[in-house]
Amino acid sequence: MSNGNTNRESAFSAKNLRLLTAPLSKENPITVQVLGICSALAVTVKLKPAIVMALAVTIVIALSNLITSLLRKTIPPRIRIIVQLVIISLLVILVDQVLKAFVYDVSKQLSVFVGLIITNCIVMGRLEAFAMANRPWQSLIDGIGNGLGYGIILIIVSFFREFLGSGTVYGYQIIPESFYAFGYEDNGLMILPPMALIIVGIIIWVHRSSNKDLIDKS
Amino acid sequence: MFSNRYIFIYSTIMVVVVAVLLALAATLLQPFQDKNIRVERMQYILTAINVESTVDNAEELYEKHVTEELVISVDGEIMGRFKDGKMEQGSRRAFDIDLRTELKKIKDGGAVELPVFIAVNGKDTLTIIPLTGKGLWGPIWGYISLKSDFTTIFGSVFDHKGETPGLGAEIALPEFQQQFVGKKILDENGQFVSVQVIKGGVKNSKIPEIHGVDAISGGTITSNGASMMIESSLKMYVPFISKKISHE
Repeated sequence: MSNGNTNRESAFSAKNLRLLTAPLSKENPITVQVLGICSALAVTVKLKPAIVMALAVTIVIALSNLITSLLRKTIPPRIRIIVQLVIISLLVILVDQVLKAFVYDVSKQLSVFVGLIITNCIVMGRLEAFAMANRPWQSLIDGIGNGLGYGIILIIVSFFREFLGSGTVYGYQIIPESFYAFGYEDNGLMILPPMALIIVGIIIWVHRSSNKDLIDKS
Repeated sequence: MFSNRYIFIYSTIMVVVVAVLLALAATLLQPFQDKNIRVERMQYILTAINVESTVDNAEELYEKHVTEELVISVDGEIMGRFKDGKMEQGSRRAFDIDLRTELKKIKDGGAVELPVFIAVNGKDTLTIIPLTGKGLWGPIWGYISLKSDFTTIFGSVFDHKGETPGLGAEIALPEFQQQFVGKKILDENGQFVSVQVIKGGVKNSKIPEIHGVDAISGGTITSNGASMMIESSLKMYVPFISKKISHE
């Protein structure tokens, strides 16, 4: 992480770009840090809400990281969690109101899940671990990176759940009717939340066995 | 370090700033949100009479198809009429009445105003009745349109606040709603029987096929909720319907 020696560093230096790319794989919030699992189970039945959720979370993490970082020197440590929560809630409510005003159908699809961004552990985690100690620009990049890292897993999980559970992808029928005529059936289990956990587990397995840095030394 | 005084002042300012921001956002976005809700309601009513609409043309189609809005009492008396863009009787448009808030008045013993919409489909006059009820997680609602015999269902639409996606949420899909077309809410003697949503399929039950539709697998509580919603909401309109039938 940055060490205060970043005065003349260019905005897109290798170190800053790493903040953006690391959460996509090696420091992925879901598969490596195992945060934000709750919403990963809830919104991944279909691809479309998963994508909107990924965008909404990315916006909220990025902006709350930025605001917290700007305020970090003024925030009294004793009430910092409260301050962070207020910032997150403010942004989430704003996102919800804007969705309701301008993309009403999407906001209806996400319904309660937008409100649940407030409880998403990734957002709090990034504010506490990164934004409280880093400069605004780095915090913004870190927020976007983590939002995207969360979004990628959400999209992979929802792709498999929608494909195997409903035979569609993004609402379009993929498995032809003739398959059903031969006795193929959608796997109803895929629609239920436990399967998201199992898919996340499989992703973690594949991820760990393909990336040597993630294998426990012991 | 930060003194207690600083912490108090800090949190006070923070709360005030956030409150102002949120109030501002809510006030500025309110007109857009209200418009969305009105357009959505128009789209529900249009779907209930099998007219496809988009967000852009809903208003235009609504004015074209829905010719009259009536406000009726629980005894079936007409208390208000809105026709061709004018209030002819009463003071409130049926369109602005929320059935859910009206139903709360029953508990408090107040006078209830029930909204009814009249639409013209070729030669047939359709009566559109709003529905409201409870699903598994929250409110569900819908509209049912009746043909001019006040018995046969012409079309239906249902929606929900937060039913389980892929299970209870399927009530909002055309596959479920299409089942209602052609079903009858009154039996041969003109008695109200409603249309039941039946777990395990209407073919396997004792209920005549003309008074039932299939429930959603895995969405039993939502399906039961829809069934109860249709029965309890339509029941309030039975006096109005019987008056209409005996008139003709």
